[in-house]
Amino acid sequence: MAVEAERKPLIRRLLGEDAAIVQLAAITLLIFAVMAGLNPDKFLRYYNFESISYVMPELGILCIAMMVAMLTGGIDLSIVAIANLAAITAGIYFRHPAVAESIAAGGAGAVLHTIMGVLIALTVGLAAGLLNGVLIARLRIIPILATLGTGQVFAGLALVLTGGPAIAGYPQAWTWIGTGKLLGIAAPFWILIVVAVVVAVVLRRTHLGVNLMLIGTNARAAVFAGIRSSRMILYSYAMTGLMAAIAGILLSGRTNSAKADFGSSYLLQAVLIAVLGGTNPAGGKGRVAGVLLALVALMLLSSGMQIMRVSNFMIDAVWGAFLVLVIAINYLRSPK
Amino acid sequence: MRSLQSTEAVIAAVLVVVMLLIGLINPAFWGVDNLFSLARANVVIGIMALGVLLIMISGGIDVSFPAISAAALYITVRTMVALDYDGVVLPFIAASVIGVLLGTFNAFIIERFRMIPLIVTLGTASIVRGLVLGLLGTSIVNINKMPKELIAFGKQDLVSVTAQNGATVGLTAMVLVYIGVAVVMHIVLRHTMMGRSVYAYGGDPESARRAGVNTRRTIYFVYCTAGLLAGFAGLLHASMIWQANPRDFIGLELDVIAAVVLGGASIFGGRGSVLGTMIGVFTLVMIKNSLILMKVDTTWQRVVVGVIIIAATAITAWRDRKKLV
Repeated sequence: MAVEAERKPLIRRLLGEDAAIVQLAAITLLIFAVMAGLNPDKFLRYYNFESISYVMPELGILCIAMMVAMLTGGIDLSIVAIANLAAITAGIYFRHPAVAESIAAGGAGAVLHTIMGVLIALTVGLAAGLLNGVLIARLRIIPILATLGTGQVFAGLALVLTGGPAIAGYPQAWTWIGTGKLLGIAAPFWILIVVAVVVAVVLRRTHLGVNLMLIGTNARAAVFAGIRSSRMILYSYAMTGLMAAIAGILLSGRTNSAKADFGSSYLLQAVLIAVLGGTNPAGGKGRVAGVLLALVALMLLSSGMQIMRVSNFMIDAVWGAFLVLVIAINYLRSPK
Repeated sequence: MRSLQSTEAVIAAVLVVVMLLIGLINPAFWGVDNLFSLARANVVIGIMALGVLLIMISGGIDVSFPAISAAALYITVRTMVALDYDGVVLPFIAASVIGVLLGTFNAFIIERFRMIPLIVTLGTASIVRGLVLGLLGTSIVNINKMPKELIAFGKQDLVSVTAQNGATVGLTAMVLVYIGVAVVMHIVLRHTMMGRSVYAYGGDPESARRAGVNTRRTIYFVYCTAGLLAGFAGLLHASMIWQANPRDFIGLELDVIAAVVLGGASIFGGRGSVLGTMIGVFTLVMIKNSLILMKVDTTWQRVVVGVIIIAATAITAWRDRKKLV
């Protein structure tokens, strides 16, 4: 009997609030099985999963950032531009003659300057996020248009800073962030885990997280309940900007370059994965675990298709079709 | 009604001030060749903007129309080349039909699954672009292969003038097409039941439903018409630049949405006019073109467009502030 009593809530959870997660896990396993079945020798190689673990984190962090923006019913269309701008600003810092000299000398100076570069990138991300937050929370501009506009401004500034071509030649310590290994696991993957855990804790265990969910569920009620709504929204966009900058560091570290129009396809993918992961774009619902599962599912899908030599254009089409399919499934599953 | 008119008056006043400023910085702005090329640059973006206006009045947003335009123009021209067919009317009908079909797809998903239009159109844009580039390829149909009659159609001028430097510059006749579409759109929006129900639906979907508006038909009308205009504008673009490039219009959604918002339309729906949108399009196109005249580095263009979007939306948000919590 005791066992029964313990089991019941678990089953109820699996069928109830965690149904979305279970469903996602099933989709992920299905994709894994299909891709493994279609190309057993290439897909199941250790190398394939290792390369996924390097590419996945930058997109994953952008997806979590998108999810945070969606919690209050908003969206952030400027994340990719913020990521590029942050990486480019740091790249320009490294180009400064004095800094470049010190990095070339190696030793503690190089590491110190890299840390400085990381701080610069994070500051840029935070400032960009705060700008979004001020426009959305204080000036009351609708998030789509505000971030569409700031996205143009950030991408434009990145273009002005670089003059067009890519910035290359980041210090070794910086590229280690994107390509290195720690305890046998990709360094960027560790960063993804840290970001995911921090955001999950913030959303689940802090005032900010709970308030964001409440604002997203019913903005008017949240105001009447005494939640300082505009401040909370401001914080959420600041968080989004900060995460976008982290993604920018990973992207530039992995490719050892940064450009104003890198990763533009990431925007759609971030929206898709956030929605697929159970985030409600109208606000009030979103979980880090769901987003991570959706991320793994789609990374497996696209890596499998790449192994089968499906053209990148067709992969884009499949991503879009997946988004529409998920919309349909979410609708059919939701109580009417 | 009066507030709408005053909104347009404000935009028009801004436009005049900006024109005078640009003219002061570089008198070449008032040259006939520059004005003609400005008018030319308005046509395709303007027709697309009228479609986006319709969607915005209904309270939605569309980022898939550049993909629809590119698909319509590329499928049509490639088919014409493959069949060795030359003509004008039939291709434009074909491009419009392709646009309507893709618009129907948008409407179906938005209406059936009650999903936010932004997310839906992000998805459909990706599907359409991916399929066109993946299945039809990426090669550009250049002037040698382009159907001759299509080029001849796009080449027509209303008037041509010889500029100071001896070159002949013409005002493209496509301006008439643009104005024609705008007039029809104005009449539909202001003087038909369908147009009024788009405003009603955008103002408040639930009230519109209770007042007897057929909301499903309204949504289909809005997205199909926007698709039609996108498809039509796509082929018009091809006939005006004498080539068909499946990668055309990437990123254009930002400019068009900016222009429509600049023209006084509210993204919350229920507000916006054809005249305002046309002025908004003209202002945006003019500012972008004039940055070069004013010797501003082209890399600054995106920053300027972004600032315009933010400024225009900040003003409309301030205007619409009572609608918010």
